[in-house]
Amino acid sequence: MIAVWNRIVALIVKELQQLFATKTSIRMLLMPLLLQLAVFPFATTLEVKEASIAILNEDSGAEAVELIQRYHAASAFSDVLYVTDAASLRDALDGQRALLAIRVPPDFSKKVLAGTPVAIQALIDGRRSNAAQIAFSYIRQVTNDYVGERIGFSAPASLVVRNVYNPNLDYKWFVLPSLVAIIATVSCLLVTAMSLAREREEGTYDQLLVTPLTPAYIMLGKAVPGILVSMTQSSIIASAAVFVYGVPFTGAVWLLLTATFAYSLALSGVGLLISSFSTSQQQAFMGMFSYMVPSVILSGYLAPVENMPAFLRFLSAVNPLTHFISMAKGIFLKSYGFSAVAPDLLALLAISSVTLLTAGMAFRWQTRT
Amino acid sequence: MEELAARIDGLSHRYPEQDDGQWALADVALRVREGVITGLAGPDGAGKTTLMRIMAGLLRPTAGKVDVVGLDPVRRAAVLHARVGYMPQKFGLYEDLTVMENLVLYADLRGVVGAERATQFERLLDFTGLRPFMGRLGGNLSGGMKQKLGLACTLVGKPELLLLDEPGVGVDPISRRDLWGMVQSLAEGGMAVVWATAYLDEAERCDALCLMNDGRVIFSGKPEEQRERMRGRCVHVRNIPGNRRHFLRRALGDERVVDGVIQGENVRLVLKEGVGQLDGRLLATAPGAEIVFVEPRLEDAFIDMVGGGPDGRSVLAETMPAVRVGDGVDVDAVISAHELTRKFGDFTAADHVTFNVREGEIFGLLGPNGAGKSTTFRMMCGLLRPTSGEAHVMGIDLKRSAGRARQKLGYMAQKFSLYGNLNVERNLKFFSGIYGLKGQVLEDKMARMLDSFGLDRYRRTVAGELPLGFKQRLALACALMHEPPLLFLDEPTSGVDPVTRREFWMHINALVDKGVTVMVTTHFMDEAEYCDRIALIYRGRMIATGPPDELKRQAADGDLAVPTFEEAFIRLIHRDDMARKSAGGESA
Amino acid sequence: MTRARPKKTGFSLRRACALCLKEMRQILRDPTSLLISIVLPVGLLFIFGFGISLDTNRLSMGIVMEDHGAEAIRFAAAAGGSPYINPVFADTVDEVKDDLKLARLRGVIVIPEDFTAKVLAGRGNATIQVLSDGSEPNTANFVYAYAHGLFESWLADRADALGMSMEGPVTLEPRYWFNPTTISRNYLIPGSISVVMTIIGALLTSLVVAREWERGTMEALLATPVTKTELMLSKALPYYVLAMVATTICVLIAIFIMDVPFRGSIPALLLTSTLFLCSSLGLGLLLSTLTRNQFNAAFAALNAAFLPSILLSGLIFEIASMPVVIQAVTYLIPARYFVKILQTLFQAGDLGAILLPNMVFLVLSATFWFGLTAAKTRRRLDG
Repeated sequence: MIAVWNRIVALIVKELQQLFATKTSIRMLLMPLLLQLAVFPFATTLEVKEASIAILNEDSGAEAVELIQRYHAASAFSDVLYVTDAASLRDALDGQRALLAIRVPPDFSKKVLAGTPVAIQALIDGRRSNAAQIAFSYIRQVTNDYVGERIGFSAPASLVVRNVYNPNLDYKWFVLPSLVAIIATVSCLLVTAMSLAREREEGTYDQLLVTPLTPAYIMLGKAVPGILVSMTQSSIIASAAVFVYGVPFTGAVWLLLTATFAYSLALSGVGLLISSFSTSQQQAFMGMFSYMVPSVILSGYLAPVENMPAFLRFLSAVNPLTHFISMAKGIFLKSYGFSAVAPDLLALLAISSVTLLTAGMAFRWQTRT
Repeated sequence: MEELAARIDGLSHRYPEQDDGQWALADVALRVREGVITGLAGPDGAGKTTLMRIMAGLLRPTAGKVDVVGLDPVRRAAVLHARVGYMPQKFGLYEDLTVMENLVLYADLRGVVGAERATQFERLLDFTGLRPFMGRLGGNLSGGMKQKLGLACTLVGKPELLLLDEPGVGVDPISRRDLWGMVQSLAEGGMAVVWATAYLDEAERCDALCLMNDGRVIFSGKPEEQRERMRGRCVHVRNIPGNRRHFLRRALGDERVVDGVIQGENVRLVLKEGVGQLDGRLLATAPGAEIVFVEPRLEDAFIDMVGGGPDGRSVLAETMPAVRVGDGVDVDAVISAHELTRKFGDFTAADHVTFNVREGEIFGLLGPNGAGKSTTFRMMCGLLRPTSGEAHVMGIDLKRSAGRARQKLGYMAQKFSLYGNLNVERNLKFFSGIYGLKGQVLEDKMARMLDSFGLDRYRRTVAGELPLGFKQRLALACALMHEPPLLFLDEPTSGVDPVTRREFWMHINALVDKGVTVMVTTHFMDEAEYCDRIALIYRGRMIATGPPDELKRQAADGDLAVPTFEEAFIRLIHRDDMARKSAGGESA
Repeated sequence: MTRARPKKTGFSLRRACALCLKEMRQILRDPTSLLISIVLPVGLLFIFGFGISLDTNRLSMGIVMEDHGAEAIRFAAAAGGSPYINPVFADTVDEVKDDLKLARLRGVIVIPEDFTAKVLAGRGNATIQVLSDGSEPNTANFVYAYAHGLFESWLADRADALGMSMEGPVTLEPRYWFNPTTISRNYLIPGSISVVMTIIGALLTSLVVAREWERGTMEALLATPVTKTELMLSKALPYYVLAMVATTICVLIAIFIMDVPFRGSIPALLLTSTLFLCSSLGLGLLLSTLTRNQFNAAFAALNAAFLPSILLSGLIFEIASMPVVIQAVTYLIPARYFVKILQTLFQAGDLGAILLPNMVFLVLSATFWFGLTAAKTRRRLDG
């Protein structure tokens, strides 16, 4: 047993040496890491900041001016476009110069002072309905505040909102824990799927097969470096999230490591499976691509899983990334303990055993022919 | 005076990645005449390909005067490309296009249309014998046919100058002979041809020769001049009593001997200039041996020019302990194949192949491309499962306990399958590691290997950047780290220059002395001569087996009393074709 | 030896056609290129269309009734009748706290013990607490919006019951322009067509050119009288046709299977797609010319074309919300312009105000990438 272990260690050491052997390979590990760490937290935000609104004020009264000034002062809107007629209001919306257009009617001030109900029209750009709806709720908030403070009208009760786990709804708090998962995906697949395909292309795979190593050991020798690399990269991102981006870390470090391990294990199975079907690095690359894109889309990172149709929800449930993102977010923000992550961990272990066994069967089948 | 198709003077070239003082080409002069084949010969890395690319207008030379078909290849590239045909080393024919589609593409690119195209295609298809395969995809052609198609594509548009970069690599002797015949007839028709090659037997047949080494021209002239120079210095030692490998080693250690190789039962030696006779002491070790002067070869001259071959001592083998097959293993069948058959769909790649290899023997599997020798070889080292039949190594059934069998064999693939981005030390450490070596044993073993293969100064060099000869040494070292009693070699010296090849076989010979059994595949005749026994595989079947000289005798007939091994090979295959045809005729 | 030789060294239509024909044959015979250009795009379209829905349809929300008074019950009734939420009722916050933590509930509405009493007292200091799961900021926004909706229907119900007018003094009347049902699919699918075109234009093209270098076919081609223009054209044109076929399939699927409305005109779609493809093809050709290696080319195309086409094109994420530096980068990305054009063509129609400026940018970016490719393509092996 120890003898076998030594042989596998030799494989693992070689794999890691190869990974850091050339500038190109180091670049391939580091570039996505740095690029995604720098771009993702800022670019992948559904937050509405710096949105622009267009306002058509048909009323010259003081009340209307007051309300519009309040809109202008709201932090979500950087750009307020004042127009003078309905046609330009429509143009501003059509030309996407404004996300939202507001039309204050001519009798607004008069009616407010008279205490008669008055309606303000808000035109929402449906081409960007998500952002526009969020912008609309800001407008509603400002309007309600105005009504409350200015006119002294109060509803019989009010709503108090508290965002637990992320009080200011900082998007980075959401992105970075998910990024830990996404980065781990790229590197793990790169090591497991691509390196085996390269051995095939360069003929060293035959060289391995004539050694006493069985396919199972070769698989193990490929899976372990993949797991090590993805765990290291995840740790880097997690540290950057906490120390650079200031994301709170409320759970236990060992739990995050355990979760990363379970995820990497499942991924290495996927990587080995891809590599067993590819004869060239190009095919492995395409396989990786075809796995990664749907995996990220269906993980709940871009859009909530519960919005998907049943079939995609099923795919999402067997997608390792879904489980890891949910654990990573929980451990970072929601102080998840072991019992909270247990279902996801179990799911990942189940997925791992399926992918690893299938990959093992594929290998066995291949080396037999 | 004959017209010159190319005139090159003072040509030097350096690649951007090369340091000062390193030159890919240094002060090269070359004349290419019309109507003859000009051979451009030299070992790997001599600068042949760089020179070809400069002549084809694909590289801008660093310095020097280059005139090809009366044009400056860089400034007048567009005109030049229409008048010069260039076939790169790895000719890029499109594998997913048919033979005809490839031809049509090149005809369109060279502007050959209408009736002219029709006549040229007629001629080329007859010429190359590709007519029956017009509709076949390029990827489904054999290595030889691919080269013929490449030649046909290059010939569309009747170039004035034909540049062929190592067209004979990866091609079996029969196809090489065909290819040579075609190019010869083109030259006779007035075309100027440059044929680059690492094989000196090819270069020897050229009308004019330019021999290169290390970026420089070391000889320019007719091959005969070199052969003449060597006359009276080449001998065959026949009827050697005892082990001919031992004799060769002693001979190479003798200061009067420049070079020596094994040729079947005989040893071929080249004597130092001015030495009339072999040393008496050397001959005293082989009483009864007969010495015959033989026809010199270009290879002899080349080895002489580069300062002689290796001295025959293999430090490696001296430090390696003798291996012994375990008890209970039949010494007459340490490797054995019994009715070994492998089918791929309807196609039978290996058809009931049976042989036994004795302990300490070099056994060769020989055959043309696609004949089934690789299939057989792969089944013997456990890379491929036989459809039926049995393969045993050291008495172990590969089907049952492959892992145990594999611990006993060393394997070296054609392309030196090392990890190109790892350094020498790490490659060695890895291969020892997966064979279970560790600790002090591993350290000692590695030190010995680095020392005996002279790899010490390359310890930290990345394997991919090693010179070819050292790559080969490293590959062999990796295969030997666990001291296997069996060694499997897959075309170990294909495309390798003569000096490197000699060094390699010197190590193999020494290993055999230590009791190692070697199995080797090859379609390279020089390599086959080193074998004790050969199995000739053709169209999946073993059509002949025996020592190389025995096969030569089988092939001899009234027309050709003493065939070379290559001639013997071609004849035996031809006979088998005839036999199968008549058998097929009778049954039909 | 004297032989009459055609001295033509300029562009030859015959050579260009021969190369294009060769390329087309290779595309049709190579299963991977068909896989990348047809199967993958259609798959992506479906996953984009159904997988990314930003409209949270029915949210699971906890309603904690610490109060069982009349007003609390009225509020609960409103929650029960809402088409937007799946209410889970509880008596104490503790009962649902774990559900919120484990993301089984996206938000919790707490009606405090003294709610009815305070409402009836009429001092306006009654509060309803909304707890939303901030770990999903986008969903949290919807939780708030839906809670607000419930709150308003509670107000209306109460006013109804008391026979009062519930009208506040100022109301906002939202009206949706273009996508009245606010289905995010309607803008995500048109946008994702640009991703499909990027895959073919940049990823596939960079792979095939690099393949020619790797297999040595490029060296053989360069030794013939082929010109640079012919070489570039022969790579661009067939993949242009292929990408247009894939786009047509995607557009048809979007319109007829996924019911995305199309309000623009076909000529406008063809014209803008052509412009966009020119820049993606230009980028793909450039990457492969620079790397001459399939793996590196694919890797570069992934990072330089594919990821930006999703992340930085405004397809999913608002460009306006990004930091200035990243916003500046988005101007270099052709997908940014094309996503806007596609969304406009599908949702709004041929609006010159949007189409024209974006088309100008596409022309500029196509010229840029092709110009760079032309400058970097050499007729020789040395750079």
